[in-house]
Amino acid sequence: MTPTNTCTLNFGPQHPSAHGVLRLVLELSGEVIEHADPHVGLLHRGTEKLIEYKTYAQSTPYFDRLDYCAPMSMEHSFVLAVEKLLGLDVPRRAQYIRVLYAEISRLMSHILNLTSYALDVGAMTPLLWMFEERERLMEFYERVSGARMHANYFRIGGVSSDMPAGLAEDILAWCETFPRVIDDMETLLTENRIFKQRTVDISPVTVDLAMDWGFSGPVLRAAGVPWDLRKAQPYEVYAELDFDIPVGRTGDAYDRYLVRVEEMRQSVRLMKQCLEKMPSGAVRTDNQKVSPPRREEMKQSMEALIHHFKLFSEGFHVPAGEVYVATEAPKGEFGVYLVADGTNRPYRCAIRSPGYVHLSAMDVLTTGHMLADVTAIIGSLDVVFGEIDR
Amino acid sequence: MLQVLRDLGEYVRAALPQDRVDATIARGELTLAVQRVDLIKVLTFLRDDANCQFRQLVFLAGADYPEREERFEVIYHLLSLRHNQRIRLKVTTDEVTPVPSATGVFASANWFEREVWDMYGVAFSDHPDLRRLLTDYGFEGHPLRKDFPLTGHVEVRYDDERKRVVYEQVKLTQEFRSFDFLSPWEGSKLPGDEKAEGKN
Repeated sequence: MTPTNTCTLNFGPQHPSAHGVLRLVLELSGEVIEHADPHVGLLHRGTEKLIEYKTYAQSTPYFDRLDYCAPMSMEHSFVLAVEKLLGLDVPRRAQYIRVLYAEISRLMSHILNLTSYALDVGAMTPLLWMFEERERLMEFYERVSGARMHANYFRIGGVSSDMPAGLAEDILAWCETFPRVIDDMETLLTENRIFKQRTVDISPVTVDLAMDWGFSGPVLRAAGVPWDLRKAQPYEVYAELDFDIPVGRTGDAYDRYLVRVEEMRQSVRLMKQCLEKMPSGAVRTDNQKVSPPRREEMKQSMEALIHHFKLFSEGFHVPAGEVYVATEAPKGEFGVYLVADGTNRPYRCAIRSPGYVHLSAMDVLTTGHMLADVTAIIGSLDVVFGEIDR
Repeated sequence: MLQVLRDLGEYVRAALPQDRVDATIARGELTLAVQRVDLIKVLTFLRDDANCQFRQLVFLAGADYPEREERFEVIYHLLSLRHNQRIRLKVTTDEVTPVPSATGVFASANWFEREVWDMYGVAFSDHPDLRRLLTDYGFEGHPLRKDFPLTGHVEVRYDDERKRVVYEQVKLTQEFRSFDFLSPWEGSKLPGDEKAEGKN
C-alpha cells in the first residue's frame, strides 16, 4: 500500500454554508480539494411518487415545496405542462399575473441566494438589508394567495383568484424604490476587495463544460452563453415584454453574482411592464370541466354544483400523451416531463431541477480549489435542496 | 415549426442506416424510439452532427409500464442551443438488461442515470459510479416502480434504549386509503347511450 497524504472531510449535512442538507465528502490534500463527492437525498420526500397518487389539481402544492425560495416558478412549469396536455387556453390577465409573480419569485430567489452567498464569504450586511425587501415580496405573495411561501396560487387554467384592489399600485411603488436598494447592496459587494478575492477566478465554467454538464440559467449565462428560455422559447407573454439577458465572460463565481444582480434589475423592468400592460378580465379559464365554478354560481346552478363536486372528488381527466415543458426558473431550466394515461392522475411526473444538474458537476468545479472556496462555489451555484432531493 | 421537426426526424432516420429509429411527432415534440444497441451511436450523432448539435442532455428520466414486455422506459431529453430545438429519445428495457450508459457522451447523464438506477433498478452498463443517489444508505427496493407501495416497507424512529435510530417494518395505524374516484360507469354502455351517439 502506498501512503497517501489525503484526508477525507465531511462537509455537512449540518453546515450553515451547505445551504441545506448537503453532505459533501471531500478528499483533501492539505487544503486543496482532490475529489468531491456530494451525497444528496437527505431531503428526499418522494414527490414524484406522491404525485402519481394525486389528481392533477392536488399536485400543484407539491411544486411549491421543491424550490421553496421561488415557489411560484415551480408551479409554473407544472401548470403549463398540464395545460399543454389539455390544449387549454389561459386568459390574458392570468398570463400577465403569472409572469408578474414568476418575476417576483425570481427576485425572492436571487435576493436569498446573493445575500446568503455573500454571508458565506464573510459579508453580513447585504443579508440584513435585502431581507427587508424580500419580506415585502412575500407580503405580495400573501396578499394574492394568503401564504407567504407555499402559495399554491397558479392553477391549471389560470390563477386561483384575481389580485386584490390596491396591490398593483403597491407593487409598482415598490418597483420604483427597489433598484436603489440593489445599488446599495452593490456598493457593499461589487467592488469589495474581500468579496472579489473570494470569488474572482473561482470555479470558472467554460462553454464546453457548461454544455457537457447540461448547465442552465445564470450559471450558463455567466459562462457567456446568451441563453434564456424566456427569450429563446417564450411562454406566456414573455414574447411581448422587453428585457435584456445579462451574460458573463469568465463564468467564475463572481460573474455568476454579477449576472444575478443584473437579472434582478431586469425582473423589476419586467414587473413594471406587466403591471402596465395587464388587461382586465377573467383570471381563470371558463372551461367548467377544468376550472371550478364560483361560489355564487354553485348556489344557483345545479350544473355548477355537479362540476364542483366532480372537480374536487374525481378531478378532471387529461387525455393520454406526454409532454416536456421547461420554464426559466430563477436557478435555471426547470422542466416537467408529464405522462398522462387518460385518467385523473398523472401516470408519471418527472421533475428536472436545475440545482440538481449544477450540483452533479461539483467534483469538476471544486477539484483543485481550496477548502474555503467550497462555500463560495456552493453559494454561486445557488443550490436548494427542496428541488435537488425532491 | 412542425415541418422543421418532421424534417429533423427524417434527417436522423436517413442518417442512421439500419432504419431502427422510429420518429413520431406529438404535441409539437419530436420523439425518437431507439434500440438499446444503437443508443450511444444515435446520441453521439445528435450531439456532433452539424445539422443537429444537440449539445446538452437536459434531462434523463425513467418510467415504469409493468404491463409491457420490457417494462422500463428510459427517456432522454436533448437540447440544441444552436438550432433552438428539443428532441426526446426513448429506449426500453426490463429488470435485468442494462442500458448503455450515456456518460461517455454527456457528462450530465451521470447523476440522472444513478437516479434511474436508484428509483427503477434499471442498470446502466459502463457507468463509472452506479451507486444509489437519493434514497437512504442501505435502502432496499426501487421506490418509483409501480409495484412499490406508496408507504414504503420500512420506517425509522429513534430508540431511546438503544440510543440510536432503528428501522422497523411500516406499521399503519389505519389502513392505507386509496380512493378510486373514477366514475364506475365511464367507458361502459348505459341504456340510451346509442341514441345520444346517433345524434352526433
